[in-house]
Amino acid sequence: MTCATWTDPAFLGIPVAEGRILRIERFAIHDGPGIRTTVFLKGCPLRCAWCHSPESQLLQPEFMPKPERCIRCLGCTTACPHHAVQPAADKGPIAPDACDTCGACTQACPTGARELVGRTMSVDALMAEIERDRIFYDESEGGVTFSGGEPLMQPAFLLDMVRSCRASAIHVAVDTCGHADTGALLEVARDADLFLFDLKMMDEERHLAYTGSSNVRILQNLERLAAVHSNILVRFPLIPGVNDDDKNVRETGAFLSALRLTRVDVLPYHRAGMAKYDRLQRPYPLADTQPPTADLQAHVVRLLEEYGLIVRPGGSS
Amino acid sequence: MTERVTRLRQQSLDRKPTLSSERAELMTAFYREAPAAPLPILRALSFQYLMDRKALYIEPGELIVGERGPAPKATPTYPELCCHTLEDLDILDSREKISFAIDQQARDAYRDDVIPYWRERSMRHRMFGELPDAWKHAYEAGIFTEFMEQRAPGHTVADGKIYEKGLSGLQAGIDRELAALDDLHDLDAYDKRQQLKGMRLAADAVIRFARRHAEQVARLAAAEADPVRKAELEQIAASCAWVPEHPARTFWEALQAYWFVHLGVITELNTWDSFCPGRLDQHLYPYYKREIEAGTLTRERAKELLQCFWVKFNNQPAPPKVGVTAAESGTYTDFSNICNGGLKADGSDGVNDVTYLVLEVIDEMRLLQPSSNIQLSKKSPDRFLEKACEVIRKGWGQPSIFNADMVVAELVRQGKSVEDARCGGTSGCIEVGAFGKESYILTGYFNLPKVIEVTLNDGYDPRTERQIGPKTGDPATFESFEQFLEAFRRQLQHFIDVKIAGSHIIERMYATLMPAPFLSIITDDCIKNARDYNAGGARYNTRYIMPVGPGTAADSLSAIKYHVFDHGHVTMPALVKAVRDNFIGHESLRQLLVNKTPKYGNDDEYADAFVSLLCDWLFTQIDGRRGPTGSVYHVNYLSTTCHVYFGSVCGATPDGRHACVPVSDGISPAQGADRCGPTAVIKSASRMDHARSGGTLLNQKFTPALLEGAEGLDQLAHLVRAYFKLDGHHIQFNVVTGDTLRAAQKEPEKHRDLIVRVAGYSDYFCDLTKGLQDEIIERTEQKEF
Repeated sequence: MTCATWTDPAFLGIPVAEGRILRIERFAIHDGPGIRTTVFLKGCPLRCAWCHSPESQLLQPEFMPKPERCIRCLGCTTACPHHAVQPAADKGPIAPDACDTCGACTQACPTGARELVGRTMSVDALMAEIERDRIFYDESEGGVTFSGGEPLMQPAFLLDMVRSCRASAIHVAVDTCGHADTGALLEVARDADLFLFDLKMMDEERHLAYTGSSNVRILQNLERLAAVHSNILVRFPLIPGVNDDDKNVRETGAFLSALRLTRVDVLPYHRAGMAKYDRLQRPYPLADTQPPTADLQAHVVRLLEEYGLIVRPGGSS
Repeated sequence: MTERVTRLRQQSLDRKPTLSSERAELMTAFYREAPAAPLPILRALSFQYLMDRKALYIEPGELIVGERGPAPKATPTYPELCCHTLEDLDILDSREKISFAIDQQARDAYRDDVIPYWRERSMRHRMFGELPDAWKHAYEAGIFTEFMEQRAPGHTVADGKIYEKGLSGLQAGIDRELAALDDLHDLDAYDKRQQLKGMRLAADAVIRFARRHAEQVARLAAAEADPVRKAELEQIAASCAWVPEHPARTFWEALQAYWFVHLGVITELNTWDSFCPGRLDQHLYPYYKREIEAGTLTRERAKELLQCFWVKFNNQPAPPKVGVTAAESGTYTDFSNICNGGLKADGSDGVNDVTYLVLEVIDEMRLLQPSSNIQLSKKSPDRFLEKACEVIRKGWGQPSIFNADMVVAELVRQGKSVEDARCGGTSGCIEVGAFGKESYILTGYFNLPKVIEVTLNDGYDPRTERQIGPKTGDPATFESFEQFLEAFRRQLQHFIDVKIAGSHIIERMYATLMPAPFLSIITDDCIKNARDYNAGGARYNTRYIMPVGPGTAADSLSAIKYHVFDHGHVTMPALVKAVRDNFIGHESLRQLLVNKTPKYGNDDEYADAFVSLLCDWLFTQIDGRRGPTGSVYHVNYLSTTCHVYFGSVCGATPDGRHACVPVSDGISPAQGADRCGPTAVIKSASRMDHARSGGTLLNQKFTPALLEGAEGLDQLAHLVRAYFKLDGHHIQFNVVTGDTLRAAQKEPEKHRDLIVRVAGYSDYFCDLTKGLQDEIIERTEQKEF
């Protein structure tokens, strides 16, 4: 859920670019214990074919127009100093060389059709937003979750945030794909209370094919992290035709069984992100993939449980 | 659910409401031959006349007996309050929603007998003859509504004395007061004597009504072949011969005793919010405990009795309303709202075994009436909240949740003793009351967005084409936001004064023309004061004004300040013109106002400050003012269905809202304005000072997916606890999907059972008007994605 205050022009004036934030979601109740605020940091080293949050992949701000809202008032075209934009309803491309994502068109747009995703925020400003829901964290034993994108893409900022939260006695979860600098990961681990660690598949070549990166560092990082951190929840996104084969599931189970983990969640693939690809004018790589059946989910859970893991089916990623 | 309860429940659901002319005919017959007697005695005798003659109805298999009309859902009328015209009867019979079938016999009786006698004698007729033009013009413009225009004051709830003392015990108190009257030194002694005599007669009326049931049921028992039912009927007959005259001896008798008292109150007059047992779990627990320990009652039997009791409420639709009253309260529900949990008089946790039993009853019965709520204190166990949340999550709108600690704080701030406050609770929708000791009368809703519209038009109402408010200047010429605010404040003050002036007249008319001797007996301290309930006899006498649409009004103020005076996005003349044009030809500006205005409900201090400001002004202008019977005015924030009516008479507003669409309900954000999720709504809603209200109403809609599993349940509970830590008064949840609602709109016959939370109550979605259905769909779905 995108907060309205977040797209408010008042926020555009924040000067110090310390963290690149995609959005802040309050009352997030599926990203760790209790009622949480999830901070999505923008930028990710992976390009997973099933990514339901494609607008989180680039570090830079980008436009994600909502053409159905556009009333063709032409406020945006008038406002743009570089003549780079067309009304969102026309679904035309933005001239990439001319546009410097200054945001003039989004400010001029009365309907919210022209939305710019991605902002920079200082540690203090972000802490102030997080503090807004402290009473709910206190009541529910919730806290804040840093997600992405990949929060460890911005290690210095993340570390600052995690330490600030710890100093303010706010529970911190870090949702990571594991493709990160090991030193930064272990440094963050000193102050984070919980890791949500995504593990997609065991075969290196297939991983490379589906995510654009090898999984060697991811697997190593999970091993290193598990050696020092006592609260890791592995999330296994179950994607039919990609990683649902018994071989992969068994290898995953075998790998995880050697580690000290809190739990493994099996998250069924869903297609909720498809509309976003449309808005970003990008093709959706898994257009033909359907969500896993209940039978498949149960089967995968059973297989993983054979390795002595605590597995929970369902939930959303 | 037992086979018996399943059948009784289904019968109650299947029955169609009808209008019964029985009461109107009996009242007319009585008044045509009325004896010469002082008014309180005359009213008591008319009540006896009714209770001695009205037809009795015993449903096969039922365990609690007594109906208000001659049959379940046969709904009486009260021509002494509001005499329906033949045209009204046609409308009631034929209108699509909240209709009442009317047969030819009733129509004839009205034409030949009821209307000729009551047409010019009804309170409504006399009231409109007395109210000044300024009041009528504001009323017709839709600035406010008037509760007592078609129904009597009431708005009150029973405490425990009817079970403990019985009506004979209360009559003994009357006798003591009568004996103590001193005509030499007490110059009001004569008046007091008539009041007390009237009360005594009224108690007799209900006792005799119960005895008539005893005789009727005994006859049925004698003729009953089935030995099990025969024994039940004998037991019922014995109960009806004993209660409500004497203190109840058993759990079963306690329920039957209440029910006769309930019927007495709602037959004597058409009291708003009917009547209510209030803290039912507290009152029943001593009987329950004693009988469970003695082995004379099982938990299952207690549950069945409660469920039979529930059916009785559902059998009594709110008496037919027309015109503005039907619009402000378009529902069959009569607002009996049973409290569960809360605190005991000594301040300790009140949750007991009956509390949990009642939650199960609520869950299984899923009836429109009675409404139900939980009173959650910080002392209440988490298990209690969890059990309630499990029922809430099923998505049919009950129970709603109140902050028991705030209820006490609000009552104490108003001047109640802390014990009376703890034994009180909430009733109707969200109104706080000292149960059994307070007359807390809702005088009417007040249309805040309409006052904005009138301010934008220099005191003129474009719809009724009248100058209804003072001339506060043409806003197009305003050079600062403060100028607009001051003009708005003056309009607000003017209309509140007009409203209260009218209420003074109505309050005095009820005090002098329409005593309620039976309601007086069961409300402390009417007997001690020898003064009627409607004349200020209660221990506490309260009058409420209910401002509607603070969300829409605050967003409108925010839009003017933000876009005109802070940022210069639009000039004041251009904004005024666009609003007057209902934004036709100004869509780009309207989109800006809708999407780029800081709005209430987003934890945004800029917008929330306007709700706080409005609440401050309303408090200053209303709270503590005195009515003619010694009553004191307070403010509370609920809207029932009035936000739809108020929207329908209000032009476009500067928040981008089109003319005629609903304004915001209760203290909820304007429809679709909240975009940061429920925690932000709660933060915003808690910025106003709830302690200075007599209750606030916050509506939240959830899709079922969000609340799935044990975790969803936990987070719902945490959300509630956090809101209450922030001193919120009340929160209620609609757990449905927009798709479900849209499907119900298309195929109502398939979704007749779909109950949604409307305002301070739940209703069948398919019984709502299209406008209200649309509005409920519109309310922001708090989706998590």
